[in-house]
Amino acid sequence: MSEKFDAIVVGAGPSGNTAAYTLAKSGLNVLQLERGETPGTKNVQGAILYSDALERIIPDFRDDAPLERHLIEQRMWVLDDESFVGSHYRSEGFNQPPYNRYTIIRAAFDKWFSEKVRQAGALVICETTVTDLLRDDKNRVVGVQVDREGGSIYADVVILADGVNSLLAKKAGFHAELDPTHVGLAVKEMHFLPEETIEQRFNVGEDEGVVIELFGKVTQGMMGTGFLYTNKESLSIGVGCMLSDFKTQKISPYALLENMKNHPSIKPLLADGEMKEYTAHLIPEGGYKAIPRIAGDGWMIVGDAGMFVNAVHREGSNLAMTTGRLAAETVVALMQESKPMTEANLAAYRNRLDDSFVMKDLKKYKEMPEIFHRNNQFFTTYPELINRSAHTMLKVDGVDKKTKEREIFSSFTHKRSLFGLMGDAYKLWRAFR
Amino acid sequence: MHIVVCIKQVPDSAQIRVHPVTNTIMRQGVPAIINPYDLFALEEALRLKDKFGGTITVITMGPPQAEAALRKALSFGADDAILVTDRAFAGADTLATSCALASVIRQIQNNMPVDMVFTGKQTIDGDTAQVGPGVAKRLGLQLLSYVSRIAAVDVEQREIVVQRRAEGGVQVLKTALPCLVTMLEGTNEMRFATMPNMFRAARHPLKVWDKDAAGIEDMTKIGLKGSPTVVSKVFAPTPKSARAEIIAVESGEPKDMAVTLLAKMFTRFPQIEKQLTQQA
Repeated sequence: MSEKFDAIVVGAGPSGNTAAYTLAKSGLNVLQLERGETPGTKNVQGAILYSDALERIIPDFRDDAPLERHLIEQRMWVLDDESFVGSHYRSEGFNQPPYNRYTIIRAAFDKWFSEKVRQAGALVICETTVTDLLRDDKNRVVGVQVDREGGSIYADVVILADGVNSLLAKKAGFHAELDPTHVGLAVKEMHFLPEETIEQRFNVGEDEGVVIELFGKVTQGMMGTGFLYTNKESLSIGVGCMLSDFKTQKISPYALLENMKNHPSIKPLLADGEMKEYTAHLIPEGGYKAIPRIAGDGWMIVGDAGMFVNAVHREGSNLAMTTGRLAAETVVALMQESKPMTEANLAAYRNRLDDSFVMKDLKKYKEMPEIFHRNNQFFTTYPELINRSAHTMLKVDGVDKKTKEREIFSSFTHKRSLFGLMGDAYKLWRAFR
Repeated sequence: MHIVVCIKQVPDSAQIRVHPVTNTIMRQGVPAIINPYDLFALEEALRLKDKFGGTITVITMGPPQAEAALRKALSFGADDAILVTDRAFAGADTLATSCALASVIRQIQNNMPVDMVFTGKQTIDGDTAQVGPGVAKRLGLQLLSYVSRIAAVDVEQREIVVQRRAEGGVQVLKTALPCLVTMLEGTNEMRFATMPNMFRAARHPLKVWDKDAAGIEDMTKIGLKGSPTVVSKVFAPTPKSARAEIIAVESGEPKDMAVTLLAKMFTRFPQIEKQLTQQA
């Protein structure tokens, strides 16, 4: 005898959990399937939690969610091989509850989140991989097939939240094979240090945290960025670049991270830490133009599976949660009106997305991936020039400042030509506009 | 046939980490699993059920989180599950645990006679192999420990023949039921749960027993009070091996890598170079 649910959610990451939670809270009969041993075992993130997206479904999440440090300072470093030019923004405004951003450790956080989903009433089953979608004679999705005996399970709607490289969506023909220029590959390590050491080293108090974004030659000419986050008693350090760049440059991700960790400005921050964990993950960074079809007869796509990542601002989990919530709200609204889960009716999901920050932000940066992709001077030449300029200006050597300025200007025009500089400025302006 | 399988939820010792600062065991983020030896016991019980029919009741004593271990056992095909959890059991050593589990099985027996009790040969967190025999002793069951194979079960005659690993060979033992079997590792392979069983396990109303439900009368026999074992010190062994080193080789050619690696080895262990040169 086959089981039948109102909705099946495939995957227990931020998008799947938010969708399952929202559906179950509305009283729907929800099944969530996760291939990992427990929710979180397959999930990798930097990781920063953006409160807003979670607050919308669990307003009091701060009471019991496992949070590491709330962020009060953001550093942005542009690095060449031996130096960096950086900007820091630190504010007591970020030190007033309710806090806006936290570092989290996903293994613990996802476990907590999944417990909330169960409490909301969803049936969560792990260690079960969905291998295919079930369809009726009109090719509408009517359920899923899992890798277990007796594994045909039916539902009015299936929400695909199975992450980047959604094999399910690919198999179903909802999108083509991932394009290597549309995905980043990030590697990350966790270095353990005593709490007090972290607080002294990063100039923060108890529970306060810092984010450092690393940009420039640490990616060795590839399109990407690095990061360093402070957790309670560990540091997360990682770097990610486009998969296509790794392929053409033949640089191995671990060597890239190893190299970054040895940068003279970064090494002291990690000193005496013990590396206890390393992970790697793909990040969908194709942006607005790479978003596939996200709904059809009996199915919807949320989170990474739908390419919902804002690579420019390094936001992903909040987009995942928001798409999960909006997809679920669409289903709930249709159920309440007793409307079927047809492609035409589920198109309301797309409308909700278009009205939200998700599509607005992704649309704003829609040219960004291509511009950065075709102009690697942003990752090599400019960081070097900026650092050299700072060095020239700050070095006291008897040369007058006017001459130094001329020197800096000519170093820029020599490397990029006046025309090239203006072109780059225009490209950036257009992309960020 | 009614079989009781005793399982324990343990931290996955393969993934246990020692806190670099405090030198204590870090349980955070370490997955809790069913003691791997207990899975051999459970699978063996499931096979007997496949052959002769009957009921399998899985029991565990532990914190409320141990529910996950029981649900997993249900998904493999166990019929019922009892979580024995009470603060009064906390701090139990193998003696107190044996007393508690024996009492639990006595209570189960009041409802439905038990023909066999299965346990793993030992747990991976305690490694004592004492609880199975301890339970058998207290219930007056025939004890078959370190069983590598169940050769035959005669339901009519109420007899069992097993192979048991012994020093220097294999013993073939025959005994009458009821009995307690502790299973050796590698004796079978746990089955892959079916989807209907996954659903049943997720929805099964778990029985949760406190000390009263478990039939405990003498409080000095359980928990910390009933545990004569004293742990005087817990420490992490100092790592003996040196840290790994990443050796960069410019060209990336296998040949150059091999040469660089050998050069490194010879500098560090001149005796190896000496030996190799002599052999050549």
